[in-house]
Amino acid sequence: MIREQELDPGRAAARRAEQTREGPVFEPAVDIYENAEGLTLLADMPGVAPEKLTIDLRENVLTLRGEVTRPEGENETDVLREFQTGNYFRQFTLADTIDQSRIEATMKDGVLRLKLPKVERARPRTITVKAG
Amino acid sequence: MRRTWPSSSFPFRGGFPDPARIRREMERLFDLLEAEAPSAAPAGVFPPINVTQDGQNFYVRTELPGIDPAALNISVERNKLTLAGKREIPIEQDGVSYHRRERVGGAFNRSITLPGDIDPDRVEANYRHGILTITLPKAEAVKARKIAVRS
Repeated sequence: MIREQELDPGRAAARRAEQTREGPVFEPAVDIYENAEGLTLLADMPGVAPEKLTIDLRENVLTLRGEVTRPEGENETDVLREFQTGNYFRQFTLADTIDQSRIEATMKDGVLRLKLPKVERARPRTITVKAG
Repeated sequence: MRRTWPSSSFPFRGGFPDPARIRREMERLFDLLEAEAPSAAPAGVFPPINVTQDGQNFYVRTELPGIDPAALNISVERNKLTLAGKREIPIEQDGVSYHRRERVGGAFNRSITLPGDIDPDRVEANYRHGILTITLPKAEAVKARKIAVRS
């Protein structure tokens, strides 16, 4: 229903090329769970303002791209560095069972919540057996 | 969480590793190696912390997406900062099946010693877009002073 988009070498290079800023690109950690109505995807993208997040859907490929503004001021120098900051990028392929017209996204405190509803026919139904 | 060096959970979280994932992790590692040599970061300490300074302040930053900042416990004693709290990632609904669970949480309690005295009364913390920034003004005695040369 949803699976990681595999990057072939050409695409990986393209991904690097389309980056406008120097520095590493990170994959956000995600949780994906499913219930009868659809899938929910949660992605940790700390440092990304809601307006700096791009969610692109074309040809069943869902692309998440988050731009991080450098949090440090200009005159700051490092004392201790345990983590790097950089932009986020990750792609998934959606199955036809996702209703692409009804995807909803919210972003709060660096966490993206994406609701991916299933199309009606894909929802499970219980068939009642009539006695007769 | 983007560590400068892989944590103990790297790179597989249970299950048979997916070849695409291995390739991605390798790519990511090479990206990191290209980026810059990491300073000594203790692996497995959560959350990772960055410390910077300018003439006026020390700045402590950490990535804690989706937490309630009111539940954080930040305290300062001389030049030691302690940051305690919990990042909870609950199962959101009963009866759902998880396809992926990569986000990490847990309770933490970290102390760091700053390389100079600070003014504990003027420490400020700010939480924005999942990043916690603690600004610790340097004590007057340790601030760099510009000495004017009289002619």
